Amino acid sequence: MSNLSSKLIGQPVEASVIIDRDKCIGCDICVQVCPMGILALDQDGKAYMKYDECWYCTPCQTDCPVDAVTVNIPYLVR
Amino acid sequence: METRTYTADVVIVGGGTAGTMAAIKAKQADPSLSVLVLDKADIRRSGAISMGMDGLNNAVIPGKASPEEYTWEITESNDGIVDQQAVFRQASECYEIVKELDSWGVDFEKDASGDYEVYRVHRKGRYVLPMPKASDLKLILAKQVKRMRCKVVNRVMATRLLTEGNKTAGVIGLDVRNGDMIVVRAKAVILTAGAAGRMGLTDSGYLYSTYENPTNSGEGFAMAYHAGVELTGIECYQINPTMKDYNGPACAYVAGPFGGYTANSKGERVTGCDYWSGELIMNMWKMANKGEWPLYLKLTHLDDESISRIEAILHNNERPSRDRFHAGRGKNYRTDMVELHFSEVGLCSGHSSAGVLVDREAQTSMEGLYAAGDMASVPHQYLLGALTFGKIAGTNAAVYAAGVSMPEADPGQIEAERERIYKPLDNPNGVPHQQVETKIRRIVTQYLMPPKTVVKMELALEKIEHFRNVDLKLLGARDPHELGRAMEVHSIVDCAEMMAKASLFRKESRWGFYHYFLDYPKRDDANWLKRVVLRRGEDGEMQLYTRELPPYIITRNPADNEEETNHVQSVV
Repeated sequence: MSNLSSKLIGQPVEASVIIDRDKCIGCDICVQVCPMGILALDQDGKAYMKYDECWYCTPCQTDCPVDAVTVNIPYLVR
Repeated sequence: METRTYTADVVIVGGGTAGTMAAIKAKQADPSLSVLVLDKADIRRSGAISMGMDGLNNAVIPGKASPEEYTWEITESNDGIVDQQAVFRQASECYEIVKELDSWGVDFEKDASGDYEVYRVHRKGRYVLPMPKASDLKLILAKQVKRMRCKVVNRVMATRLLTEGNKTAGVIGLDVRNGDMIVVRAKAVILTAGAAGRMGLTDSGYLYSTYENPTNSGEGFAMAYHAGVELTGIECYQINPTMKDYNGPACAYVAGPFGGYTANSKGERVTGCDYWSGELIMNMWKMANKGEWPLYLKLTHLDDESISRIEAILHNNERPSRDRFHAGRGKNYRTDMVELHFSEVGLCSGHSSAGVLVDREAQTSMEGLYAAGDMASVPHQYLLGALTFGKIAGTNAAVYAAGVSMPEADPGQIEAERERIYKPLDNPNGVPHQQVETKIRRIVTQYLMPPKTVVKMELALEKIEHFRNVDLKLLGARDPHELGRAMEVHSIVDCAEMMAKASLFRKESRWGFYHYFLDYPKRDDANWLKRVVLRRGEDGEMQLYTRELPPYIITRNPADNEEETNHVQSVV
């Protein structure tokens, strides 16, 4: 199953940062706090992992007010 | 993309631990001053610690340890190359910082009577003060910055200092979200831009699984260098014991007090003392080369309650994704030892001693320029040193700024930097930053890693020069984010060149594995118990020279009976 961040932006199914689009309210907090600056909001105002440069440090997940973010260990580190 | 201009009495480059504290204290020293913090991330979760820290490794708590003992401990741990006056000052003033953090809501471990609980991890003294629930430390510091009404501009990566001769005039940078050029005119500048943590390649093969938060890519070192500011101890690398592949700390500091230790494959304890030093890494490296490898973190002999308490600390503070890493590999501390390894090489005074040369006032060699934290040369300072010297830098910068007028920004410096910064955008189909970064970090790993030899270091310099002439020009970027990453590659190249040249200059071996130099395999105190200092000369060439250490104030181990604590009068 594909992991679509929106109709247009495909996301790798094993991305480090997975956003639950049903829960995401587009508040932008995860985008703001990510140290590496790798998250963005798509055209629907939902967060997605734009750049594959995650340090798996988890502020995006911890600071999300609606528990929409899951951080996975990047594939090469697993 | 526009040019945004700011003016500030004090500008702080990097809002990590040292930077946020510097901002708070600059404003506290003089509330009439304008204080600006630039951060290439967001100060709520930036710097080395991002998600918090599980303890202070070097808290000198009255009644538990003394500044004299601590200063001697660090003098020995760093093989004598220390400014004891700076280390002593950190040790003397850190208790006030602990109490202040406590008053701001940072949670410290205390005993039944409410005293701070400290544990022994260093060779001798007890300095480790756990913070079991300090995952919100950065949030707390950011809140104080806001409360003090400091101005914060996030997502700005500073790239060069503005100067007026050997005097600071401000900072130039790049907004990594919208691509704006940033020009800050300032009376005083505090560099708190962190470690150079993206030097060597990681064992996992993933570029960003570095020990340090990968945003710490050495801009502070590079900015100071290009401004002609003195740096020191660059040949004293950082290499740390880590969880293999995950690259978080091996965490004997956390597990040690509960009875955990570093073990060989048979489960036998192999290190007497788990305090991180070049000597510890040398012992590990020798074992690896004898085939006595890998080493493990062993907790399997502990009871379930102890392990649960260790997990509660390790899995909720500094590296909260550690639990899912272990789970992914089917490992559990109760039944499995966890494989350890070395981190990649880097520069970080927090754990070793490389940095911009500062004295006990956090003053650099440039007027109006201060530095603190992982990029300032006070050795083994860790988190509490960043906070203590952040305070010193902030206070002193405020006093300085109040007494001088606002400098002019040199248009020539701004235009030269504009040309450098935006070049990769002219080349959107050029080589992606990941590939260019991999190549320079490969050079670092293959030629700069100890054991060092003249042959390897000279080859490294040849390859670095070629890299500047060819690879850096191929570097492409398609948007402001990629442009920021591309500029980080420039910092890595600058730091690599400094590492090679400083290593070649110190013709002895010192700091265990950190400067294990096969052409000069012995420590030579007669000739080298001094600093190696480097700076960029007026002609653009790197100058290297030695400098005597500031006079020791403690010349004997205070724990010895015939102790002689010599507080010399000539303290400068």
